[in-house]
Amino acid sequence: MKHSEFISRFLIVAGILLAVGAPLFLWARTPLIHARMAEDGGWNPDVIQAEVGKPLHLKITSDDVVHGFAVGQMEMQSVDILPGKVTDITLSFDKPGIYTFFCTRWCGLNHWRMRGTIEVGGSPSDPEPATVPLYVSLDLDLDAPHDAPLIPPTQPSAINGQPLTATNSITLSREDYLTHSPYDVFAELKNTSLTEEQRWDVVAYLWQSNTTSESLTNGKELYAQNCAACHGENGAGDGVFADDLATAGESSMQTMEGAMDMVMQAPVDFTDPRRMLGASPALLQGKILRGGMGTGMPMWGSIFTEDQIWDLIAYIYSFQFEYLR
Amino acid sequence: MNRIELTRIPFIKNALNSRYPQLAVFIVMLVGYIFAILAGLIGTPVGSHNFSIVFVWIAWWAILILVAVPFFGRGWCAVCPIPLPGEWLQRGAVLSPPEKRPKWLNLRVPKMFRNIWLQNISFLLLALFSSVLLTTPNITGIVLAAMLFAAIGLSTVFERRAFCRYLCPVGGFIGLYSQTAPIELRIKDKQVCVTCEGKPCYNGSSAGYGCPWDVFPGGLTKNTYCGLCMECIRTCPHDNIAVNLRPFSADLAKPSTRMDEAFKAFIMLGSAMIYAGVLLGPWGIFKDAAYNVGSSAWFVYAVAFLAIIFVVLPGSFTLGILNTRNTIPLKQRFASLSSALIPLGLMFWVAFSLSFVLTNASYILAALSDPLGLGWNLFGTANATWQPMLTSILAPAQTLALVGGLIWSARAAQKAANEVKVSPIPVIVYCFIATSLMLWLLL
Repeated sequence: MKHSEFISRFLIVAGILLAVGAPLFLWARTPLIHARMAEDGGWNPDVIQAEVGKPLHLKITSDDVVHGFAVGQMEMQSVDILPGKVTDITLSFDKPGIYTFFCTRWCGLNHWRMRGTIEVGGSPSDPEPATVPLYVSLDLDLDAPHDAPLIPPTQPSAINGQPLTATNSITLSREDYLTHSPYDVFAELKNTSLTEEQRWDVVAYLWQSNTTSESLTNGKELYAQNCAACHGENGAGDGVFADDLATAGESSMQTMEGAMDMVMQAPVDFTDPRRMLGASPALLQGKILRGGMGTGMPMWGSIFTEDQIWDLIAYIYSFQFEYLR
Repeated sequence: MNRIELTRIPFIKNALNSRYPQLAVFIVMLVGYIFAILAGLIGTPVGSHNFSIVFVWIAWWAILILVAVPFFGRGWCAVCPIPLPGEWLQRGAVLSPPEKRPKWLNLRVPKMFRNIWLQNISFLLLALFSSVLLTTPNITGIVLAAMLFAAIGLSTVFERRAFCRYLCPVGGFIGLYSQTAPIELRIKDKQVCVTCEGKPCYNGSSAGYGCPWDVFPGGLTKNTYCGLCMECIRTCPHDNIAVNLRPFSADLAKPSTRMDEAFKAFIMLGSAMIYAGVLLGPWGIFKDAAYNVGSSAWFVYAVAFLAIIFVVLPGSFTLGILNTRNTIPLKQRFASLSSALIPLGLMFWVAFSLSFVLTNASYILAALSDPLGLGWNLFGTANATWQPMLTSILAPAQTLALVGGLIWSARAAQKAANEVKVSPIPVIVYCFIATSLMLWLLL
């Protein structure tokens, strides 16, 4: 064989090996977390291992649309994950446990199913006793009907309720606020000289006085990011996904493993006074923590902190009441 | 006749005569092609950030349709990597002359397939799936790999480049449109070929291989099936092969009378118009149908696509050229006159391609630095943002291409009509209507 033929063959084989080998080698050395719409698999991998005190470097890419990445119950800003781009994120954990990471962009009908876990190993330096959620200690049945038997003819006003509350020396402790529905408090005011409308106004004021403007602002932000897609910007259960979910029907609920028994339900309407005035904050806490158990409402217990859930509940009640500004 | 022989220039002559410059280009192209396959298969599924989509369907397509075909005819075929592994395997060598006894089956392609109908079909197959093919990296990777393996397979069964000549989905239209290019490979003196013993340009010799494209250069009158591989320049013992610079569309003075080529002209004209409407137009319903491959809407789209290409366009063309008093058979008139659609179709594709190439060209920078979507930044351009380019000149350039194409076609129609002794007016009117429609679709 001539030298030129040999060199040509060598160069061709070397070129082919380079073209195949180099990308494969580099690809194998770059482990990526892929984000896809839940219908197409969600996060892959969806379980990540980490160690307390050791920084966790993640490279995340989206295979379809813009997603967001955040870890529940952690102080971190959500990070956008752009299609075809790689986002580097470094996390550190100071407590062991199982953390939930989730998508923060309304990426598709099953956006809320885009979740994964980070299993953080290591021994806790300062073990904290687990606290029992209020709805558990009260033994509330989250699925029992809780409609208010009576609803106000007009939206109750905290503005009108404020002087009435002061005049009649009415107070509502934090504990009573958390464990009673607005209707319960309305009913307990029946022995006063107030009219029904005035009693509802007092309830509105008592509800506002059990929150702060900061809490409402925080709740509003959380609601806009996490709830409005289904429940609607104004709480009417008419979010951008509500119609699509109704159109997709049960099939939209049965796309992922373990989700075969789910039943499609329309998102709850927070502007419905019968439903909302009959619900105590503790009951709402349970519903948010646990989720809708197969209705399409995700469980938020692994994502929101307790304070965030109370902020959210305070904001949700604002769809029922006219608050002081 | 108005030709400048480029091979008289020593630099060009030497560059074409030597195998090494071509081999260097071949290796680079083959490495790039295999990398594109790999990128399609293992890179990001996001098409706009994957090398396979960006470099094949944006960069390569832009070079092919805006530069290579209009100015160099089959210039792309001269450097295309797809047939190379099969050809090297078939020859048992890269540079050395082939063995006397063929290594493989070396069969002649059956006569019924020695036309471009298979290329028409393979182009249409890709065209019907193009919405998915052009946007999905792993499908692009699979199709690129399939073409490479098909070429290898055919090389082991049939003689010469059977894939390029009879199956390649792009080779068919490149050949058709190469007739308009200002470059040609021709013999210098016919008498030399007539008396040449052994015809080494076709049969091969110790100096090189017989024409891989199954063409006898001595009989070349059109660019259509000459792949510009330059092998005959090396094998001709009489230095009788020239590469010439010539007027545009010189081959159309004597139009072909083949129906496979005539229908190719309609396929290309119709595809450009359908793509302009479906991919660039404002009608979401058409886009959805084209993208949802396998759905009932897609089947309707596919049937409509084929009906426009095989019934509506050629049917209306035939109605226009019906002339019962003419003695030349209708079939021959149809085939000859349809050659007027060749420059028109080419300029339709130029106008259509300008639109999506200028819109998407900025993806090239990002994909260059991060070809697999793994977060690399090889050349510091990974974060280049998408931005349509030269938007202000797009519409004028498209208009110029389409109107220029119409004028060019009208001249081609005059020549073709002269050959079959009919009036060119119906063909010119046909081209005018098609151009108006395309202008409306694009602008």
